[in-house]
Amino acid sequence: MSLFLQTIICGILLGAMYALIAIGMTLIMGVMKIINLAHGALVMVGMYITYFCFKEWGIDPYLGMFISMPALFLIGCLIQKYLINRLVEVDSILPENQVLLTVGIMLVLTETMRLIFKSDYRSVVTSYSTKTFFLGDISISIPMTFGFLIAMILTWLLHLFLTRTDLGRSIRATAQDRDAAIYMGVNASRITVITFGIGSALAAAGGSLLLPLFYLWPDIGHLFTAKAFIITILGGMGSTMGAILGGLTLGIAESLGATYISMGYKDVVGLIIFLLVLLFLPGGFRSFTRR
Amino acid sequence: MISTGYKKLVVPTIVIIMAIALPFVIKAPYFQHIIIMIFIWATLGTAWNLLGGYAGQVSFGHAAFFGLGAYSAGLLIFHLNVSPWWGLALGPVISMVVAIPIGLVCFRLRGPYFALATLALGEIFRLVFTNWVSLTNGAQGILILNTFSTKIPYYFIAFLIWGISLIIVDRMIKSKLGYYFVSIREDQDAAESLGIPTTRYKMFALLPSAFIAGLVGAFYMNYIAFIDPHVVFSLSDISVMVILVVMMGGVATLLGPSIGAAIYIALSELFRAWLGSANVLAFGIIVCLVILFMPNGIIGELGTLKRLFIRQDKKAMVAGGN
Repeated sequence: MSLFLQTIICGILLGAMYALIAIGMTLIMGVMKIINLAHGALVMVGMYITYFCFKEWGIDPYLGMFISMPALFLIGCLIQKYLINRLVEVDSILPENQVLLTVGIMLVLTETMRLIFKSDYRSVVTSYSTKTFFLGDISISIPMTFGFLIAMILTWLLHLFLTRTDLGRSIRATAQDRDAAIYMGVNASRITVITFGIGSALAAAGGSLLLPLFYLWPDIGHLFTAKAFIITILGGMGSTMGAILGGLTLGIAESLGATYISMGYKDVVGLIIFLLVLLFLPGGFRSFTRR
Repeated sequence: MISTGYKKLVVPTIVIIMAIALPFVIKAPYFQHIIIMIFIWATLGTAWNLLGGYAGQVSFGHAAFFGLGAYSAGLLIFHLNVSPWWGLALGPVISMVVAIPIGLVCFRLRGPYFALATLALGEIFRLVFTNWVSLTNGAQGILILNTFSTKIPYYFIAFLIWGISLIIVDRMIKSKLGYYFVSIREDQDAAESLGIPTTRYKMFALLPSAFIAGLVGAFYMNYIAFIDPHVVFSLSDISVMVILVVMMGGVATLLGPSIGAAIYIALSELFRAWLGSANVLAFGIIVCLVILFMPNGIIGELGTLKRLFIRQDKKAMVAGGN
């Protein structure tokens, strides 16, 4: 029983950090209606920035977040402004052109990082990396708990931003109906730039929080892209609440799979859930609340 | 009329004669290897183009079919000690059989959702082939001995496979099927309302596509003589790369994928010598530029440029008439 509880708690803690990455993706998806295949690569870039700060200046990964987030916000804004927004007016055979462009961006980001940091596996070892505390007979890892708490705080701040500020409201309006938002005086193309920036910053935050837990190498981005997709589809596109639920579900499903099936197949569990949801519950968890 | 009939025969004949003479002119094994790799990528691109370009179903999981073809050839010799060349017969069949359930599942979805579902399926294949060690030897992969010591036999087989794939796609696109595919790509609802059973015709695009991908996968096993799940089922190196190759050459054109493959392989070899490991980076930047400025690829934009030119001519004539 305690093994089961341990697995569930571990899954919840991990899931909250995944959710942070997925919220970034779901924001971008909601506003621009495209899938951003470069999202995992943005997480990876955020992780490398945090790693670099830790290695060169000894900045703690949780503080390094405050460097990686603004940096990624800037990168995200630039990508959206000068690359993706340009394609909106271009006519092409395949409507998925913007998606394919994000693939190209992913390739460029991954290979740039490979050029700078090589393909070596890297990890951050801090004084608290392996520390745990006990709750009854369940041991809980301290970096995971930290990550969980910070992820929750960031999500809450984002929620406040989206519901209480003018900018947040314009983002939600653009996501709901772009044309109507434009008629109401929202500068939609500026909103897409800011949204992509915020999405990238959240990806960087998630990356920094996961850095003490994962090995870091340039191809790790694919892993996070896949996870963010699964969560976004689980939670329903464009829904913040859904992304949190989806993140927790994926975290729990993965750790259950790792404990009771095998470490190697834990990613298969996530992917199969993803396919099932895509096929039988295309609206994600949100379709339950609508009924 | 006679001259066009001649043209139809003359150009392929010249190409075939040149292709037969080529390995005897270019004797360096390194260049022969590059040409074989171009044929492999051109064939894979042609396969993807049938489903993704003509029928508009952008698949992010074509590595699954490629890998299945490669593993059918590899497992034949690994478990049964049968010559891996039989994989050229078995691989495509297995890929097609597996494509049927994949199609039935994924064709329920559209656009980006279809892309995501195929992406997930491709990844599932990679993970299963990595973890099912008793069947596939896991991440250690399968190593065989090359049958031929020179590259020339491989060159001709690769050329033949490429030719077969072009003939299959060309025949299909020039028949009624091709129009059905394009109508599904342009507007699925309109196609359906005109009485086209879209799922069935998407399947008719997927099956030959999987067949060709499986065939070239099996050939890859025989030629490279080593495979492991992370190479042949790779999302970034196969599934995504084949899309970029086709995008670069020209989506929904017969020769676009081959042009894209030639550019991809030539660039990567060139940059490998010149920039070291940055070759993929250079290719990625070029792909971004192509998508931004030539959204229909090199061949695709040639057509619009020509049309623009002719239209301007006509305008000039009208202006002159006035």
